[in-house]
Amino acid sequence: MNWRTIFGLNVLPDFARGVHPPEHKSRTRDLPIETLTEPEVVTIPLLQHAGAAAECVAQPRQQVTAGELVGRRSASGISANVHASIAGVVQAVTAVPLPNGRRSLAVPIRRLAPGEDSNAVAPVADRLFGGVWAESDIAVARPLDILHAVADAGIVGMGGAAFPTDLKLRTTPERPIETLLVNGCECEPFLTADDRLMREYPAAVVTGARLAQKACGARQIVLAVENNKPEAAAALLAASGQFAGFRITVVSTKYPMGGERQLIPAVFRREVPTSGLPLDLGIAVINVATAAAIAGAVLRGQAMTHRIVTVTGGGVRSPKNLLVPIGTSFQTVIEGCGGVVTDARRVLAGGPMMGFTVTDLTAPVTKGTGGITVLSAAEIDSAEQTACIRCGRCLDTCPLGLAPTRIAHAVKFGDLALAQQNHLAACCECGCCAYECPARIPLVQYIRAGKVELAQSASE
Amino acid sequence: MTLSPEPIDRPQLAAATAPHLMDAGSTTRRMMGDVLLALLPVVATSIWLFRGNAVRVTLLSVGVALLTEAAVCRMRRRKLSLPDGSALITALLLAMSLPPELPSFSVCLGAFVAVALGKQAFGGLGQNLFNPAMVGRAFLMACFPAAMTQWTLPVSTPVATDGVADSAVDAVSAATPLAAAKFSHQFTDLESLLTGNVAGSLGETSAIAIVLGGLWLLLRRAGDWRLTLGMLGAVSIGAVAELLLRGREAGFGWLSHLSSGGVLLGAFFIVTDPVTTPLSARGRWCFGLFVGIIVMVIRLFAGYPEGVMFAVLLGNAVTPLINRWTLPTPVGGPVVLPRQPTSEEGEADA
Ligand code: SF4
Ligand code: SF4
Repeated sequence: MNWRTIFGLNVLPDFARGVHPPEHKSRTRDLPIETLTEPEVVTIPLLQHAGAAAECVAQPRQQVTAGELVGRRSASGISANVHASIAGVVQAVTAVPLPNGRRSLAVPIRRLAPGEDSNAVAPVADRLFGGVWAESDIAVARPLDILHAVADAGIVGMGGAAFPTDLKLRTTPERPIETLLVNGCECEPFLTADDRLMREYPAAVVTGARLAQKACGARQIVLAVENNKPEAAAALLAASGQFAGFRITVVSTKYPMGGERQLIPAVFRREVPTSGLPLDLGIAVINVATAAAIAGAVLRGQAMTHRIVTVTGGGVRSPKNLLVPIGTSFQTVIEGCGGVVTDARRVLAGGPMMGFTVTDLTAPVTKGTGGITVLSAAEIDSAEQTACIRCGRCLDTCPLGLAPTRIAHAVKFGDLALAQQNHLAACCECGCCAYECPARIPLVQYIRAGKVELAQSASE
Repeated sequence: MTLSPEPIDRPQLAAATAPHLMDAGSTTRRMMGDVLLALLPVVATSIWLFRGNAVRVTLLSVGVALLTEAAVCRMRRRKLSLPDGSALITALLLAMSLPPELPSFSVCLGAFVAVALGKQAFGGLGQNLFNPAMVGRAFLMACFPAAMTQWTLPVSTPVATDGVADSAVDAVSAATPLAAAKFSHQFTDLESLLTGNVAGSLGETSAIAIVLGGLWLLLRRAGDWRLTLGMLGAVSIGAVAELLLRGREAGFGWLSHLSSGGVLLGAFFIVTDPVTTPLSARGRWCFGLFVGIIVMVIRLFAGYPEGVMFAVLLGNAVTPLINRWTLPTPVGGPVVLPRQPTSEEGEADA
């Protein structure tokens, strides 16, 4: 509740605290989605999702088609299938660096001959998202079939955490899903991939959301978009208007609105338990890109082979929204956007608030890579670090109501118990605190280090 | 493989932790700069009102504070911390809270104590428990109680108000409005309080200058408005209560309470020091109210006519306690300990 709400000037759903970083979206927000020329080589990591890596099922020198299974989901618990994203010949399995800094085994695939492939028949974007989605097909889809199609297509959350979607949509009688929340809040500065998807292919998003609703048995769908994307909201409204129980909610533009622990309180006025999940409130959250992928998987049998990536930042020559085969290296994607300028300094997987720095550009685009942001020297903050002046701005901005300075300094001085008392584990690493800290204390860095230490001490 | 016009030079790409975007408008240096800007009208008015004495006290305080800061940094083998501006702010705030006629030696001693004991002894910027300027002033109060309560009317006062003025004497000793009200039931008119044409500390007399600078400070978020409002609110309540209980004749009046003594300087410049006040918004409300209440208790019931300094120091002392009580609870409740490691939480939009 802030003064705008009190005086009725701010009627849009909102959450408490958070920050308003400059959006930097104008570079790409009006550029239509382009398709990257098919690369010579893609490297498909077997681990692109939360949980266990997939098991490689492709043999070296085997010829595969686009969409063919190369890694089957591990039988043990959480995992997801991975598929060839281009047609070609499988090479020997190698290890690759992942955008998030981890490493994974990966299946390289070399393209057969330039231009000579099945995709030439129809442009990839049309195949995945375009055209009409027949109402009759949606009507006959049965919940279990949808779940199986989603699992077979290797669909995982495309908003970042990459949790296998079929597991998320699976309901149990004890914990039914009442509401499907479709997350169209692309709150990360610079990125516009979801925005473009919603504007250009609203029908795919709406169809996927309805299929997901069927699969999980939710009674209503709420699709949330921030008010800085009016075109997306209008397009979705036009595409979903005729369906009962389908609501488009425009929420206020604030970072990190796209986090489920912020979006749910904003839209439903209910808080997700800190140690729980949205499921505890009967809510399942999927991202709009995930929804579109569900539509393609269920109704067209398309595996998750591509994703839309915003390539942006002052360090890249011609920023674009690119449809990229999974497994394409960062290097190739950046070259597809004209390469970098001379004073490019940092390459990020994702946007600037939560993105990981990528130092090895052979890292492949994975299912969770929503953006590649290349920051130029001028875009990197240069204020010097001082001592914490206890100004409390980190508390004033933390969307989860934590005391970041307390946690960070407890970690710094090695007092893990104190850090835990200050709810170390609750932090979602959104970065609001560090964004706002005048002393430039690397709060998130300390908090992450604390979590690693906590995990280590727990496993001992 | 590199076909791009400018091949990406790998060693140039630095690794760093998110976030990679910072609020350019939020830096320590900028906050300190805004406080200094906000102090400008206060210092200027004090020089206009008290002329030579204001210049002398201010320059001495600043000089000694900066030297002390530099010397301590050297002793502790730390980077010179003068550029952060905090020593300068301490020095100016101390100077503004001192009586105009205070001997030079006392001023120097106060500035030294403020920086060396008030701040650096605790570990430097951000570590001190008490407001350094108020520590310096309290020390002087303890050492030189007479000189610290020796007040003079501003030089620019055209006619001395109580007739004891000898036209040849350029500094006229006089009681502060609060002391006059408390001990001899003489009430100063509001206009003098607003323009600062009364006896008092160098920077505390002119309400207009303080509010002008103070608003800048609050608008730039260099200080939290909750602290200011909390303190002014508590003082207002006290003043109104006094009016109701003692009647219109005996009470000092609401605006007069607000604009006399150290209340305004304290509310806008002293309690807004981030370092020595609580962290959370709720805590800052508590702190402001607490200081305001103590000020009024001292003004109405204690032997001293004024108590902002004591109130602030007391508030600083209870700040850790306030922090303890007012730290926010996490959205969604506290973390359940022990908990299952849940790396597989749902989808957080990147
Ligand atoms: S925002 Fe930075 S300087 Fe302010 S209290 Fe938090 S950690 Fe300290
Ligand atoms: S403490 Fe964690 S949740 Fe809170 S603002 Fe910082 S990064 Fe975000």
